[in-house]
Amino acid sequence: MENKNGSILKNSGRKQRIENIIYGVFMLFGIIAVGCVLVITIYLVMAGLPAIKEIGLVNFLFGKEWVSTDANPKFGILSFILTSVYGTAGAIFIGVPVGFLTAVYLSKIATRKVRIVVEQAINLLAAIPSVVYGLVGMILLVPSIKTIFNLSDGSSLLAAIIVLSIMILPSIIKMSITALDSVPKEYEDASLALGATPIETYFKISVPTAKSGIAAAVVLGVGRAIGEAMAVMMVSGNAPNMPELFESVRFLTTAVASEMSYSAGLQRQALFSIALVLFLFIMLINASLNFLLKRQKNV
Amino acid sequence: MKKIIGLFMAFVFVIVGLTACDSNDDKNVGKVATDGSTSMEKVIGTLGETYMKENDGIKFTFNPTGSSAGIKAVLEGRCDIGLASRYLKDEEKSQGLKETVLAYDGIAIVINKDNPVKNLTLEQISKIYKGEIKNWKEVGGEDLEIVLIGREAGSGTRDGFESITKTVNKNKYRQELTSTGDVITTVSKNNNAIGYASLSSVKSDIKTVSVNGVKPSEETIKDSRYVVQRPFMLITKTDKALTKEAKEFFDYITSEKAIDAIKSAGVVPAYGK
Repeated sequence: MENKNGSILKNSGRKQRIENIIYGVFMLFGIIAVGCVLVITIYLVMAGLPAIKEIGLVNFLFGKEWVSTDANPKFGILSFILTSVYGTAGAIFIGVPVGFLTAVYLSKIATRKVRIVVEQAINLLAAIPSVVYGLVGMILLVPSIKTIFNLSDGSSLLAAIIVLSIMILPSIIKMSITALDSVPKEYEDASLALGATPIETYFKISVPTAKSGIAAAVVLGVGRAIGEAMAVMMVSGNAPNMPELFESVRFLTTAVASEMSYSAGLQRQALFSIALVLFLFIMLINASLNFLLKRQKNV
Repeated sequence: MKKIIGLFMAFVFVIVGLTACDSNDDKNVGKVATDGSTSMEKVIGTLGETYMKENDGIKFTFNPTGSSAGIKAVLEGRCDIGLASRYLKDEEKSQGLKETVLAYDGIAIVINKDNPVKNLTLEQISKIYKGEIKNWKEVGGEDLEIVLIGREAGSGTRDGFESITKTVNKNKYRQELTSTGDVITTVSKNNNAIGYASLSSVKSDIKTVSVNGVKPSEETIKDSRYVVQRPFMLITKTDKALTKEAKEFFDYITSEKAIDAIKSAGVVPAYGK
């Protein structure tokens, strides 16, 4: 008896050890992910601040001219900031209504078969690499904009907005569907029983109930749109102009991406500063996303 | 908890150990140091790589600082071979420097296939890019606005084009694209457009224009009749011989053996001129 008891004890001791080791390994992987975020944040701040200090915060953020390789270089990124804001707003303006209505249709109205097919298509849309969006935009969209609006060149803010609005559709649709699906069926049944038509029910009961989830979908779309570089770079023309719908423009992301490969000295540091500004924008968006999602859980 | 920290520390030490290894094994290795023009990065990088592949124990380095800085570096003995994408000035030559042409960088001026313009003078190109000529009809084309396509700031091709046409930072670009391929695709899709690209990358779906009546080709670039071109120079000292390794590298890249590598970098080899 004694013997047996001892071996059980020994066994459980070993199990505890293995348990500890595995715990340690998982912890290590967790630390790697958090560590990456920390390293990137610290690096961006350290790499981004010197140029801002040298150029001056006001000159940097509100300067209208960007001439990075001149003998007297000027580093003003106001046009990039405004372009990013306008471009994202434009993409939301087109993408959200389309995405939202698609989600209502798929979640509430569509038959099971239709829903499966359309959802597959949306997943595919999400999986297409951004360089492909850019290429298609460059070859089809840009020349069509040139012809339709009778311009000398189609590369413009408008082209970027259209490409971005298509790119953010999957995130908006999927997130909205999840929110709409989780509306309790009793609410809708009650509304229908009171004599409301199905459409009235969806827009007056289901949508208001799911509204923070849908708001989160919009914020996610904003995050995606503001961070996109490759596709935008291929259709927007990249000249550092103030944003205008039919002008060639440069976004925050493309400003970093297009000049990074050959840059040196203050120019390179200024590119890091742009990345820092972009990073702050995205942090802000993430924070509001978290806030919205938490509120949805509490509802 | 202690165990976890121990594990973590072990992990960190392994990583640190690994990275520390590779910096102390080049004691007995011959070195060839080059310094200079950023535009030559691609060609000298390709040559350095092929040379290192064929010759074990040679360490090739390139420091992209710019033509003038590269010339200064040779003069002060900070590198073996200087790289410059321009001819030496007389005062630089008188300080005891010698230039050897490695290759020629020919830049083609490209337009859409539907554009009837066949020839432009260098001055017309310069005016077009400065925004002084705005319509194709002013240079013998259709009544269409000219759309200027260029490369991003810092690109070697842009630097070359702007210094040859004397339009540095005076360009009114409509589009600044980040690769030769993008320039070519854009020009091939827009009949208003004009762009520039390395001659070697020009394919059949766009049209190259003659400059001052000369069509760009390997031949016209070599005999310098085609003017939108610049030399890629190797700069060495006249009073001090190269080290053995540097001499061997120098001989290799100026020999027939290097022709393919130079061509693959998109420029015209000077060998046999």
